[in-house]
Order: sequence, then C-alpha cells, then structure tokens
Amino acid sequence: MAVFGSGGSRIGGGRGPSFGFRFFCYALLSVVLMFYDRRGGWLDTARFGLQAAIYPLQLAVNSPSAAWRWMKESFTTREALQLEVDTLRNQLRDQQLMTLRQAALESENATLRGLTSAMPEVIEKRLIGEVINVEVSTLRQRLLVNRGGNSGVHRAQPVITGDGVLGQVFRIGPFSSEIILITDSEHALPVQVLRSGVRSIALGTGRATALELPYVPQNYDVKVGDVLVTSGLDGVFPFGLPVGRITRVDRDPTQPLAQIVASPLAKIESDREVLFIWARPGHPAAPASAEALAVEAPKPAAPPKPKPKPAPRKPPEQAPEPAPTEVAPSEVAPAETPPTETAPAEPTPEPAAPQPTTPPPGTAPAEVPST
Amino acid sequence: MNMGRGEPRWGVFFTVLIALILQVLPLPDWLSAVRPSFIAVVVIYWGIFAPHAGGIFAPWLAGLALDVFKGDVLGQNALAIALVAYIAMSLHQRLRNQTLIQQSLFVFAVLTLNEFVVWGIEGWSGHAVSSPWRWIQPMIGAMLWPFVALLAGRTHSRS
Repeated sequence: MAVFGSGGSRIGGGRGPSFGFRFFCYALLSVVLMFYDRRGGWLDTARFGLQAAIYPLQLAVNSPSAAWRWMKESFTTREALQLEVDTLRNQLRDQQLMTLRQAALESENATLRGLTSAMPEVIEKRLIGEVINVEVSTLRQRLLVNRGGNSGVHRAQPVITGDGVLGQVFRIGPFSSEIILITDSEHALPVQVLRSGVRSIALGTGRATALELPYVPQNYDVKVGDVLVTSGLDGVFPFGLPVGRITRVDRDPTQPLAQIVASPLAKIESDREVLFIWARPGHPAAPASAEALAVEAPKPAAPPKPKPKPAPRKPPEQAPEPAPTEVAPSEVAPAETPPTETAPAEPTPEPAAPQPTTPPPGTAPAEVPST
Repeated sequence: MNMGRGEPRWGVFFTVLIALILQVLPLPDWLSAVRPSFIAVVVIYWGIFAPHAGGIFAPWLAGLALDVFKGDVLGQNALAIALVAYIAMSLHQRLRNQTLIQQSLFVFAVLTLNEFVVWGIEGWSGHAVSSPWRWIQPMIGAMLWPFVALLAGRTHSRS
C-alpha cells in the first residue's frame, strides 16, 4: 500500500493524456469488480482477504471508544460496582428460578408428547463476540463483530443477545464478521406470535426501533404487547427465539391487511456483546405449542423446546390434543397462515427441516403447510 | 521526470488514511448523516496540489478500502473516488489559480458527482437505501474546503 504509483503507467505516461488513460483503466477495473461482486462467487474469497487486511484499521478506529469504555470501567466507584453486583445477583436468582421451572416444564412437555425423555437443547454451541465500534454503513443496520471465520463463524449464522434475536452473519472475514440486524431494511425474518400462533414475516425498517409485519390479514389474532418469536421456517434461526414485542396494530377496514409494528427486544444500540449460536443439526424446531410457558417468563433467553424427529411423530400429532396451551379456540384458526409463511428474503434457500404444525384442536387436520 | 522531487507521497498516504478513519468513525446518527466524503476532499486536495504524488491508484485504493469497510459493492466508492481524482488532476493547473470561492464551488460540484455515482451504483446493485440528507453532504464538504486549502499554502510551492 505504501507504493503508490507502482506499475508502468506512471513512468510510461506523460502528463496530460495519461491521467485519462489511467482513470479509464481503474474505472474498468472497478466496473469489473462490481460486476463480479454482484454475482458472488470467487470475489467472496478476495473480500475475505480484504477484510483481514482492513481489520487493523477497524481496530484502530474502535480504539478511542474502547479506551473510553475501559477508562469508565476502571474509574467506577465502589458504590456503583456494588450496585451492579446486587442487580446481577438478583437477576441470577430470577433466572435460576426460571431454569428450575423450565426443567419441570420440559419433562412435562416430554410426557405430553409421549416421549420417554426430553431432547437436548436446540442450541448446541455458542460463541461470544464483541461489537467493534465502527460505522459500517450509515443508513443500514449492520454491526461489526470481532469473530470471524477463524472462530468457526459462518454465513447466515444466527446472532442473538440475552434479550432476543439480533440478526445474522452477513459477511465474514477471518477475524471479523459483519452482521445484518433484523431491523435492516434488507432483512426479513419469519416470526410467529407466541400467544396466538399467527405466523408472519417481520421486515426491518432501517430504524433500530421498529419492525414491520405487513402480511397479516385484518382478522388475525394479533394484539399490542404480543411477543414475537422466530418460527424457524427460514432454516436459519431455530424456533422460539424471542424477536420483538408488538407496539402498534392499525386495522384500516378498507385494507385487506393490518398494519403492525413491533419493536425488537434485543437492545441493539447498547449491546456490546453478542452471541453466535449453532443449532443442533437434525434438531427440528418445535411446533408452536408449549413453548408459550417457557418463553413468556419475563427474561427469556428462552431456547426452543426439544422436539422429536418429525418423521415418526407427525401422524399421531395431528389427531390428539396434547397441547393445552395451544390457540384458544375462540377465533377461527388464526394459527394457520400458510400463504404468508414462506420466507422470501432469507439468504439460505434450503428448506427448513419439515415443520409439522399442529392445527388447533378444533379444526380439521386439513392443511399442512408445504414449505 | 515528474515523479520525484519532494512530492509528498507519505503525506498522501497518511492524509488519505486519516480521511478513511474519519469516514468510518462512529458518530451519532444526525452527524453521520451529513458527514461529507473526507476522502474525496483529501483526494481533490492532492489532485490539485500534487497531482503526481498519488496518481489515481491511491485514491482508487482508498475507495476500495472504504467499500470493504462499509460492506458496499466492491468498486463502488473506488470508481467514484477515482473519478474525483481524475477530474481534480486534469484541471489542477486551472484550479490552482482560482480563488477559494471558485475552488469551493468546484469541490461542491465534484462531491455531488461523487455522491451521484455512488447513489447510482447503489440503485443499480439493488441496495438502494437512501436519505435526502446525503445531498447535503457535498455542501458541507465544500464549506470544509477553505480550511483544507489553507493547509495548501504550505505544500503549494512544493508541487
């Protein structure tokens, strides 16, 4: 990088026309780059290398704010620390209570499903990453995190925080990865309303505080305050990770669809640490039933429930009603929204593990969504 | 030979680096929305006052680095910045003799062009995420120019 005018163009060219010629060469090169970058493929590896080359610079940019944080942390008073310890202790106690309850629920769930033992967690492995404070793109919701290919991070990997889904890995370098947040306007996330089981797609708006659910029909059961969880239909996120809370539902009678806005649960602006997760391979996400109990508790890092292998389990599951927490039969089948639930914009095209969906007890077991 | 003789290559290198850092420094949203293209301003500066120090390669490389930084399509900023450098270099003899106001107007026009190229490529590549504020950025860059050009008083004679 230090050698600027390297190459023959400088020495060969005179003053006047050589500028134009050189510009032409570089412009051509740029256009070729753009073309191939757009197409994907081999340039991804080049970008991988470039990410590595630029990583020191990113760290340099990050260093003032990192130093500031370090300063602030080192000069915290004893009282503040004590306060923090106290709150953390309280949190820990609450979480422990929840975990206790969760174990009981899990076994209860397993019995209800006729299983002899509960399946293991769907989250097999996790990795903590730290946000590098660099402006990735002004108008986009992206983050740079200090974990990359060398740590085993891969493309389209779910990234969460303790509060909910943050986004997924968009680009990776050896030491860093770029994360596209669920609030980015190019991101779409298949979600499900925890309470009623209504499925839809949450689109990012480009603002950190809002998600849109544009594809929910008027008469579906969605209320302000409902919690959204991932539906697992995209093949990226496991089922049941909390996503957001509905903040507004506008039902305009002249429109076929309701206008629904949700706010993401993950505190995106302030979170310094994020969690990369690996879902257990071959572990299909559970259908929308008893998870309600586990995730409705106040502080849900709630991992999805274990779920039996789909093939043997599916036939018996249609008929009986093992799930008392299933949709209240008040409304006519809001749990099934087959037309809206195929994920449009997710990067991984491979279909999710077959998703057995239990129709609410009352309805005929007619439709099984074809994913 | 025009390449040697005190042309501040390392100056180019460091100022472009600093501009790159300024470009990606995390700022509050309202500030970063109107952040001008520092790299383009620096590139114009060197294009006018030391057109042979960095050539077009240095600006192009800086633009490429910016692309990697921002996760844009590779070559997007590289092309725009190279274009800026080319224009500044081609007109450097005329521009040197102009007043600061005229130069600022030139900077404004070129930065707008830069923004326009980036905007066009974003639209073409399907990543059109835009805000009207981006068209303010060239104006801020142009207002920045006199301060940058005051530094030129020093390097002017060297070029």
